[in-house]
Amino acid sequence: MIRIPKHIIDGIIAQGKAELPNEACGLLTGNGDTVAKQYPLTNVDHSPEHFAFDPREQFQVLKSARADGQKIIANYHSHPETPARPSEEDKRLAFDPNITYLILSLAAEEPVIKAFVVKDGDMVPEEIEVI
Amino acid sequence: MSKIKVNDELQEVTLPLTVTGLIQLNNVLQPDMVSVQLNGEFVERGEFDATELKEGDEVDFLYFMGGGC
Repeated sequence: MIRIPKHIIDGIIAQGKAELPNEACGLLTGNGDTVAKQYPLTNVDHSPEHFAFDPREQFQVLKSARADGQKIIANYHSHPETPARPSEEDKRLAFDPNITYLILSLAAEEPVIKAFVVKDGDMVPEEIEVI
Repeated sequence: MSKIKVNDELQEVTLPLTVTGLIQLNNVLQPDMVSVQLNGEFVERGEFDATELKEGDEVDFLYFMGGGC
């Protein structure tokens, strides 16, 4: 399970909407299973159908998290027009078994966020608790 | 044994050791998909084999993150 403050859920949705029609992405840091901070990152693909992080921004977040006594515990990206499920490309590029992958769907009027973790080479659902 | 810091945790390793060797020691599942910083500076992938580590070095690995819809 991953525990995410409501204001961070709202922040992810706001970023996703602000960056339409492109996919938005970012990292979440915290301790254990509890998220404490959102870091919106640049989608260097600038695409409605793909995203990729800038490694330099990733390292900046890593250092900032350490300074706060936190770790990177999740990443997130948006699907502007498709459901909140891992695409084949998402699965193929999910390399980190130690974090949670969040997907925000903006396909319907009401945004949907779901969480997944990498297990046995697949992405399986994880529960989200909004705190 | 020599001490280096890997992803903010101290590890004891036997030198000489390259970045490639350290990646192997840490059982990174997809070594082609990691970015590496050594003492805060990026190490180009083509330099992993030639970059020798020394006592007190700080190495960070991060996985490439990307996807699509």
